[in-house]
Amino acid sequence: MASHRVTPALQRVLFTWQHVAWKSRCCAVASHAKYSTVYDPAEKVHVKMADEAVCVGPAPTNKSYLNMDAILEAARQTGAQAVHPGYGFLSENKEFARRLAAHGVTFIGPDTHAIQAMGDKIESKLIAKKAKVNTIPGFDGVVKDAEEAVRIAGEIGYPVMIKASAGGGGKGMRIAWNDEETREGFRFSSQEAASSFGDDRLLIEKFIDNPRHIEIQVLADKHGNALWLNERECSIQRRNQKVVEEAPSTFLDPETRCAMGEQAVSLAKAVQYSSAGTVEFLVDSKKNFYFLEMNTRLQVEHPITECITGLDLVQQMIRVAKGYPLQHRQADIPINGWAIESRVYAEDPYKSFGLPSIGRLSQYQEPVNIPAVRVDSGIQEGSDISIYYDPMISKLVTYGSTRAEALQRMEEALDNYVIRGVTHNIPLLREIITHPRFVSGDISTKFLQEVYPEGFKGHQLSDSERWELLATAVALFVAAQLRSQRFLGNLRVSSSQQEQRRWELSVELEKGVHAVTVSRSGSTYAVDLDGKRVDVSSEWNLASALLPVTVNGTQRTVQCLSRSASGEIDLQYLGTSYKLRVLSKLAAALNKHMPEKVPEDTSSILRSPMPGSVVAVSVKAGDTVAEGQEICVIEAMKMQNSMTAAKTAKVKSVHCNAGDTVGEGDLLVELE
Amino acid sequence: MAALKVVRSGSRLLNGFQSLLNNPRKVTCGVAATVTKHPRWYCVSHLSVQERIERKRKAALSGGGQQRIEAQHRRGKLTARERVELLLDPDSFVEYDMFVEHRCSDFGMEADHNKYPGDSVVTGQGRINGRLVYVFSQDFTVFGGSLSGAHAQKICKIMDQAMMVGAPVIGLNDSGGARIQEGVESLAGYADIFLRNVMASGVIPQISLIMGPCAGGAVYSPALTDFTFMVKDTSYLFITGPDVVKSVTNEDVTQEELGGAKTHTAVSGVAHKAFENDIDALLNLREFFNFLPLSNKDSAPITECHDPSDRLVPGLDTVVPLETTKAYDMLDIIHGIADEREFFEIMPNYAKNIVVGFARMNGRTVGIVGNQPKVASGCLDINSSVKGARFVRFCDAFNIPIITFVDVPGFLPGTAQEYGGIIRHGAKLLFAFAEATVPKITVITRKAYGGAYDVMSSKHLRGDVNYAWPSAEVAVMGAKGAVQIIFRGKENQAEAEAEYVEKFANPFPAAVRGFVDDIIQPSMTRKRICRDLEVLASKKQANPWKKHANIPL
Repeated sequence: MASHRVTPALQRVLFTWQHVAWKSRCCAVASHAKYSTVYDPAEKVHVKMADEAVCVGPAPTNKSYLNMDAILEAARQTGAQAVHPGYGFLSENKEFARRLAAHGVTFIGPDTHAIQAMGDKIESKLIAKKAKVNTIPGFDGVVKDAEEAVRIAGEIGYPVMIKASAGGGGKGMRIAWNDEETREGFRFSSQEAASSFGDDRLLIEKFIDNPRHIEIQVLADKHGNALWLNERECSIQRRNQKVVEEAPSTFLDPETRCAMGEQAVSLAKAVQYSSAGTVEFLVDSKKNFYFLEMNTRLQVEHPITECITGLDLVQQMIRVAKGYPLQHRQADIPINGWAIESRVYAEDPYKSFGLPSIGRLSQYQEPVNIPAVRVDSGIQEGSDISIYYDPMISKLVTYGSTRAEALQRMEEALDNYVIRGVTHNIPLLREIITHPRFVSGDISTKFLQEVYPEGFKGHQLSDSERWELLATAVALFVAAQLRSQRFLGNLRVSSSQQEQRRWELSVELEKGVHAVTVSRSGSTYAVDLDGKRVDVSSEWNLASALLPVTVNGTQRTVQCLSRSASGEIDLQYLGTSYKLRVLSKLAAALNKHMPEKVPEDTSSILRSPMPGSVVAVSVKAGDTVAEGQEICVIEAMKMQNSMTAAKTAKVKSVHCNAGDTVGEGDLLVELE
Repeated sequence: MAALKVVRSGSRLLNGFQSLLNNPRKVTCGVAATVTKHPRWYCVSHLSVQERIERKRKAALSGGGQQRIEAQHRRGKLTARERVELLLDPDSFVEYDMFVEHRCSDFGMEADHNKYPGDSVVTGQGRINGRLVYVFSQDFTVFGGSLSGAHAQKICKIMDQAMMVGAPVIGLNDSGGARIQEGVESLAGYADIFLRNVMASGVIPQISLIMGPCAGGAVYSPALTDFTFMVKDTSYLFITGPDVVKSVTNEDVTQEELGGAKTHTAVSGVAHKAFENDIDALLNLREFFNFLPLSNKDSAPITECHDPSDRLVPGLDTVVPLETTKAYDMLDIIHGIADEREFFEIMPNYAKNIVVGFARMNGRTVGIVGNQPKVASGCLDINSSVKGARFVRFCDAFNIPIITFVDVPGFLPGTAQEYGGIIRHGAKLLFAFAEATVPKITVITRKAYGGAYDVMSSKHLRGDVNYAWPSAEVAVMGAKGAVQIIFRGKENQAEAEAEYVEKFANPFPAAVRGFVDDIIQPSMTRKRICRDLEVLASKKQANPWKKHANIPL
């Protein structure tokens, strides 16, 4: 920390990002700078940590965080001498940097020419080639229309990848294996590019099948010094967006790492880069690496680099922006231990590895009590997850002296992470980090599709896990039943009635019904389940979201998501939530007489799988649609989703129009 | 009279005995002379009494017989006894009047095969989580559960005892209606029950669970009880069935549409909640029972609580939107403050602009009333006033403290409401809050406008502790409307509006006058209420002596 070196000229820093509220605060405090922030009225958490905050208007983002005028005004109001743009929003917007400069405000990031050079996918590759950085073969061309896209694709040879020139990450990126898919990809990508970046230029290049995504963090100052701060492996992706990242990579040997690092640094120097930046590479199975793009901003996943190098990147960025030279030499940059980051999203992982969900965080508790766990988030209990922002809830980072230790902590952290009110992707995250392929380091960007070809279905219970889960549910049921018989100070409870010691119950999970007997002594419940004896012990706190239990000697944290009077218990166990039902033996025996309630036939109705807005409706009442044909397009969280017909039928009625806002489960179209 | 009865019962004993020897379904009427002829029969019959008791018990336990039981199951319904067993703690049921039989002698009803020990209802007492409760469960397998004089007498017996000892009565209704063969005796039976329902009202909690048909005059017993629950798809409540409706008003309507669970929980407001099936309903009833005191002489129960009473609820600080026109869900607040987020909502699908139900605060039962800004801006109308009033009166009758969350823009205007008598019905809610002497805690979360402010358990109606959140606005009306009246014709409306907002759209006007006791941070609400409830537990307040009040019905 070089706080004493901050001159009065940089006393106020305006942070225009949410997820790192706490982090920014610490940094600003450490630098003796005042921390100001901007917000929109819908979410106010990071505001609390700021010394002062300015409202930049309500969502959607093009009216708030993307509103340059509002942010410039905020900078003026707070008297900020510098603006840290975070990631996303305006972080890679050269126009923003230019306008800040015009107002005499320092943009904490690289110079505009570097943003411009690297922000343009085509120019960046030309520069990279010149700087002797390995680039992907067959790369070239700005695309004007679908036919040109097809011609270029043909020249490069399939498969090709189509994406927005201006966009970072995987947004607007599509892969085409033939001419038809190229046309479709062109259409989607250009639309998405326009809605997200206001710039519909596209890029087509050779697609490297089954690669790893490994990126090098660089840090450069305004004096021509540049360092590489090792790599981050970000291969676990869904729809080309990162899900789990780690540093370092299990795949790189020191020679490859060094080669990649040196190329990254030479690229940074080639564009006179200053500030922190990331050079992304694709690495094939033979450790050949190809330059993908350079992100001229702080990355979402920067904490893992901080963990293993001990450098505070935000603070370094502020130093560099102030014009100080780097404090470190390349030889000073260590790899200490291992860090893993899971991106916790408000998404339903059971729908194409994650479709956005919205809601109010009725309960929210971060697992920060576990050592070596860092959670960067911009929300708190009571926050609304709206359709207007990225559905990211937080970045969950765990650190360990070894990878195994970091993974172990991640498992524990995920089990202790309480999120209620929105659907989240913790089931998927926990499955990924415990999957044998991931644990052994055998991963690629195709990991999810290969491991879950049928889509993610949640954790698959082994027999012993099933017994554990059933026994836990039964013990919880008994504990709750016993408690409901305890009245304080009530003299009218029968004195002759003894507390029940032995319980004959039935427990149902995934259509399997098991007869169980339970006997309790103290806090231990002996559960006899299909002839197996399972001991569950816990000091149940039935009000707590987290239930630490010991099942047959194994300690676990189980979460009780809900408990109903009619015996339904939802437990989150090993990340996945399971619906169980515990009934008395009598009730279970009588249950067979209960009428089956017929669920609604869903093949002839199309409901919105998520909240969002209707971009286009391709059918009208009376049309005949084929199975799989596109019916309408829903955009949510800056992502377009094509809704298709579940069967071949005539359209009976259309209940939505382009431009409508729809909620999850809203009726869109009825088929006959 | 007494002698006659002895003879009668004697002859019936004999009947039973002979039936042992002969075909039980073809017994000729025995006479006393037979007995005198064979003096030894007395000791023989002594031996056989045991057996006959067993036979009668067995017969009583099998109700209308295996076939009818199976038919009942096929309809997705459980038998009267299965229901009682599920409702009560294992082995706690003590049955009364298992040997009672109907007394009808017309239309061949006197025939032995038309007599069922216990008749068409199972009655007795038992325990729910160790606490005493009286239960009757109508047996549809015996004469369709129809109500005979004997049936009514059995119900009256347990009700009388329940009132004497002070314990709730739960009725499980599954009855085709009056026992037509008995004529006026059946009607008298209904009236006997109605009278007891009325006498018990406010003395012991009375709960009805409709688990099958309940038609005609029979519907008035559930209607008189405190809570009426229904089972979806298998229960109906109506004055007259679809056939009569067709012949009288020429309306085509199905049973379900006319009196199913959906109709009564969403449209008519007759029923307070519906459950998926018999098992679901009975298990939920057990849970519900735990909220209730046993009688008006008992305090509301306090259960073991794991949720800290001083828990802060940070989520509440952001629950009320910044824009005063934007809706939010009152249930978010209620779940936030209640023990373990548990809330047993009453009438969740009817008059949704007001939310009522039971929760616990630090283990103690409380009744919660809240305006629901999500529905019709949380305004008060006829239905929501009546819904709220009835709930408040129940809580007051049974020593359950009332917590009121206020966000009300006023009473709903319009001809429909005025013609419907909103003045009279709105007065009910006002009446209920004003007369209540249980602890009353009120939290104004946002709007408290006009007369509705007064009504919603305001300080002026003897509210014990009244809080305002910083977002509270207590005023005669919203800024726009007020400015239009105060500054009618003036040009600078916007400026006037800003002035009004500055003056009135905040908790201070009420706070400086002591109409709210404190302005609290929303996250502190649970902590404060729990503390207040502890203090108010010993509250003593009485209304002036009166025969009874005259609530504007």
